[in-house]
Parts: sequence; structure tokens; C-alpha cells
Amino acid sequence: MENLGLIFAPLFSYKLLIVLFFGTIFGLILGVLPGLGPTTGGALILPFTMTLDPLSAIVLLTAIYCAGTYGGAITAILINTPGTPAAAATCLDGYPLAQKGEAGRALGMATVSSVIGGIASVVVLIFFAPLLANLAYEFGQPEYFALAIFGLTMLASIGEGSPIKNLIAGAFGILISTVGKDFMTSIDRFTFGINELTEGIGFIPVVVGLFAISEMLTQSTLINQIFNRVALKAVKLPSIDDYKKTWKTIIRSSGIGSFIGVLPAEGGTVASLIGYAEAKRWSKKPEDFGKGSIEGIAGAEAANNAATGGAMVPTLALGIPGSATTAVILTGLIIHGVRPGPDLFREQPEFLYGIFGSMLIANILFFVLGFFGAKIFARITLVPNKLLWPMIFAVSVCGTYSLNQSIIDVWLMLLFGVIGFFMRRYGFSVVPVIIGLILGELVEGTLRQSLVIFDGNWLMFLQRPIALTFFVLSLIALSFPLIKRKKKNDKV
Amino acid sequence: MNDVHKEKGTNKSLSLFFKSSFIVSAVIIVISSILLYFTFTFDIVPPILNRGIQPATFPKALLILIIALTLLTYFISLKNPWKNEKKLPNSFYITLLSFVVFIIISKFLDFFLGIALLSIIVSYFWGERRVTYLIMVSIIFPLIVFVFFETILGLRFPPGIITNLYYG
Repeated sequence: MENLGLIFAPLFSYKLLIVLFFGTIFGLILGVLPGLGPTTGGALILPFTMTLDPLSAIVLLTAIYCAGTYGGAITAILINTPGTPAAAATCLDGYPLAQKGEAGRALGMATVSSVIGGIASVVVLIFFAPLLANLAYEFGQPEYFALAIFGLTMLASIGEGSPIKNLIAGAFGILISTVGKDFMTSIDRFTFGINELTEGIGFIPVVVGLFAISEMLTQSTLINQIFNRVALKAVKLPSIDDYKKTWKTIIRSSGIGSFIGVLPAEGGTVASLIGYAEAKRWSKKPEDFGKGSIEGIAGAEAANNAATGGAMVPTLALGIPGSATTAVILTGLIIHGVRPGPDLFREQPEFLYGIFGSMLIANILFFVLGFFGAKIFARITLVPNKLLWPMIFAVSVCGTYSLNQSIIDVWLMLLFGVIGFFMRRYGFSVVPVIIGLILGELVEGTLRQSLVIFDGNWLMFLQRPIALTFFVLSLIALSFPLIKRKKKNDKV
Repeated sequence: MNDVHKEKGTNKSLSLFFKSSFIVSAVIIVISSILLYFTFTFDIVPPILNRGIQPATFPKALLILIIALTLLTYFISLKNPWKNEKKLPNSFYITLLSFVVFIIISKFLDFFLGIALLSIIVSYFWGERRVTYLIMVSIIFPLIVFVFFETILGLRFPPGIITNLYYG
């Protein structure tokens, strides 16, 4: 708690303020453009962050994360297409309200509830992350192994799509992490005689390929899509009546979003759907939902932005990403030589509290920029895909090449782009691949070290209470979709 | 009549092989099996240097898990079929082909020529016909990116017929 004062440090650093300002603008642009969003945008900008110091780099990425999550609402309300997957639930009531000529009111509510959700989640992050990090001091290798397994199973069970397909994708991600020299014995694995592969497959080609290039291929199948855009005069602050209708929803969704965000899963997307469903369940007028309910917008937007701070909790405290974008942020931390976990809290509090403070400022900045600039940002959606995506390709290729100056990385990026496209086409989420890749070394390393400690006796895992708890939780997480399906069948 | 039924039955069983769930599962299983075969070619560490398990054990376990889960997905799909995906449009195949063109040109001629060609192919076949915009996307923008990476990030791009002109 003595470090709380450090939260305000970014306010006194002009460099961080500039990074925050541009990160917020960039995040808004990315959020507004359907198909991009903070995850793909974060992946694209990762190589550029190498020119910055670690704190500025992570501040840039987190500003993109906060603003990008909100930016998705602008497109959801004005063109009925979520700029980010997390804004899908916002379309349900945002667009109908905009069609009634109240686009400004819809955007005003989305902006206010996003900011409240976002700030509430940063408060959760500030108080909860150090507690979780303290708990992690008790963790040894077996506990970390069990935790990583828990993270992957949670992702499989409450992420989007089929849990089994998510598990396959997660295992594929871990498999990619095994390419190269074995870090314990230096024996080559899956290198096929290619020298460049002995160092393993980097995060950047996989992340940029799976998100940006696969999206480019997806967009190539949608070139005849026509968007109906609703005109926006100006963003309006919600009226007293709107606040009276929505304040409980905003508080509830902020709590839901922060909680869902902490769980290692696809944070914002799941949070907004649950936030929306709960808003409808508790509403006095549930029949208005889907027809332009202001509560529906508040419920979805407060939840998806609240997930941003929540998702940063396991990312910073344990090194387990809480969402797709935090997986990219974690990649940023790793390539800048920062290893998240309890030691980071003890050794570099100014770094962590700088991130917390920056997230708070980013929320305030996107409120101001969103409120006054939504009309301008909405015009960005007019940039046609036939011009936008070739430019994104150029940036992706150069960015990927720049990290190791390796043409093999560029080819790998294209390969993962094609793999990502087909994965998405057949219902496999690409997010577990990234999280599997990030957690791969942790999973294998901790498993092997645990077996050394246990002298090869696998049953010893069950004698460690914390590890056993995580294994039980993993089993519950895996059986959750089965219970859900059974309940659904029983209802039918 | 019997023959007609037989034919229908044959078509039904044949159509199973053309279902996306079958094709996707088959592709995953074949690739995983090939990779699993490769794991048997990994060097074996003598027991004194072995840390817990052999280097091949973990990838082997992952591949077996992937194969088992894929089989499970396939058997579930027999009961709950996957949704039918629309046929991919020509613009997808052209974009994919432009990736191949980029790889060949960037490897044998020039990295930036590859980017320019890909940009013009994608932009044109996605519907852009205005010459100024095509020039902007294929020449001006890559040039800006090149200058940015070269000067601000201090990156040196691979040699090629155009890049060599810049580097002298």
C-alpha cells in the first residue's frame, strides 16, 4: 500500500503522457476498425515498442488495450458491426437506438459506462494484483505447473467456441513452444535442419500471423460486404434519467467484468455477454432489450471495459494472461526482459504502479477523446478494406522482419496466418494457441523440474495442497461445459 | 430399385469423407502423426543428464493428446455436425496466391518489390481501380514504411534489386 503514491508518477513524466496520448488515439482507431482491435493492433505495434524503454512500451500497449476495447463500441453503435469481439453485445441495443436517431445518446452511455467499468477494474487491479502476487510466493514448480494447466483448462471451458477445440488449439500452442533447442538438454526438436529454428519460433511471427494475416484472409472473403452507417451529430452525455436507469447495471457489470477478467479466459468478450445478460435479467423492462435499451448498452460496455483491469491481474501477478490482448502485453513484457510474477512486485514497484496509473489515465483520456472525437473516429470506418489491408500487410511484414532481421520469421508469419484463417473458419479459436505458446515453456519447464524434485513420482503432485487445488479446479473447469450442455438438454 | 438404394447408400457414406469435420480431423491427425514420428528421431539423453523426462516425451504426449482430442471432436461431430461453411470466393485464393508471389519475389528479387506487388494485386482484385490509389498503396506507403524502419528503427533490409539502389 505504501507504493500507492507511485500511481501518479506517469502524470509527471511528459514522455509517458505523450506515449499514453498516442496509445489512446491509436487504440481508438484500432477499436473502431472492424477486424483489427487491440489484440491485432497490439501485435502489430509490438516490434515498434523495441525502440522504447520497457515501461513506455507496456504503457503504450495498455493504453491501446483500454482505448481499443472502448473504440469497438463506436462501430457497434454506428454500423452494427462490432469493432472488437468484446463489443458484439453492444450492437444488440446500440444500433437499434442509433437507428431511432439517438446515436449520440447511445455513444454517450457507452463512453460513460466504459470509463466507469475501466476505472473500477483498475482499482481491482491495484488492490488485488499485489495480494495474488503475495500468494504466489508460496508457489514452487509443481504449483506453477498446476496453475498453468488450470489457466489452459479455464480458457478451454469458458472461452469462445467448443471447449475441445480450444484444448486442441492450446496444445498446438504449447507444441509450437517446443520447437528449437530443448532448454534443459540443448537437444534439437522439430528443427528439420533449419538453423533459424534452433532458437525456436518467436512470439511475433505467430501473434501477427494468427491475428493480422488471418484477419486479412478473412477480409478477403468479405469484400462485397456493405455497411449501413448511421449518421452521428454529436456525442451526448447521459441524462439524469438515464443515470437513474443504469447506475445499478453499471456497478453490477463493472463487478462482473472485473471478476471475469481475472479468470484466465477471453476476458472482454465473455464479460460483455454476461454483463448484458445480467442487465436484462435484472431490468424492469427486459422486453426493451434488443430494441435500443440504454441499460443493454451500459451492461455490455461497463463489463467489457471492466475486464481490461481484471485481465491484467493474473498477467502481472502470475505471468498467466487473462485475455488475448493481455497475452500480447505479456509477450511485450517478455521481449523487454521483464518477467511478471511476485518478484516484479517486490523489485520493481515503480514499474508496476506506473502501469496501473497509466491505465487510469488512459481511461480518462479515452473518455475525453471519445466524447469529443467519436465523430472523427467514426469516419475512419470509411477507409476501404481494399486500401487498408495491403497497408497493414506492409507494416506486418516489416515489423515481423525487424525483430530478428530474419526472412524465415516473415514466412512463418504467413504460414501462421493461413493456419489461423482455417482454424477460425472451422471453429477453432486462435487465442488458446497464443496462450499455449506463452505458457508452453512454463508448463514443460515446471513439469520437468517437478519430476526432478519428486524423483519421477507423478503421484507426488497430489501431495501438494495448492497444486492439488488447481488440478481439482481444472477438472471442474473441464466438466463445466458438460454440465452446461446437460442443463440445456434438460431444459429442451 | 435395390440398386438405387445401394447407390444412395454409397453416396451417403462417400459424402462423409467430404464433410469439413472429416477433412479437418484427418488433416490434424495426419500432420500430428508425422510430427509424432519425428519425435522418435530426437536424440536420447543419457540417464545422468536427463532432467525428469526425455526431451521427446513432452512433445509426444502433446501430439497424442491432440490426436485423441481430434478423434473425440470428430465423433462428436457425427452427432452434432459442424455448420456448413460457404465456398471460399476467388478473392481469397487470389490473396493466398499473392502471398506465394510475395515469398518468391522477396526471396529472389527484392523484399520491397514483393510488398509492392502483393499490395497492388490485393488492392486491385479487392476492387480498387483508381490508379492514384493503387500507386499510393503499392509504392508510396511501402516507401514510407521503408524509410521509417530504415531511419528511425535503424533496420537493414535484405539485399535486392531495389534495396541495393538505396544502399548503394
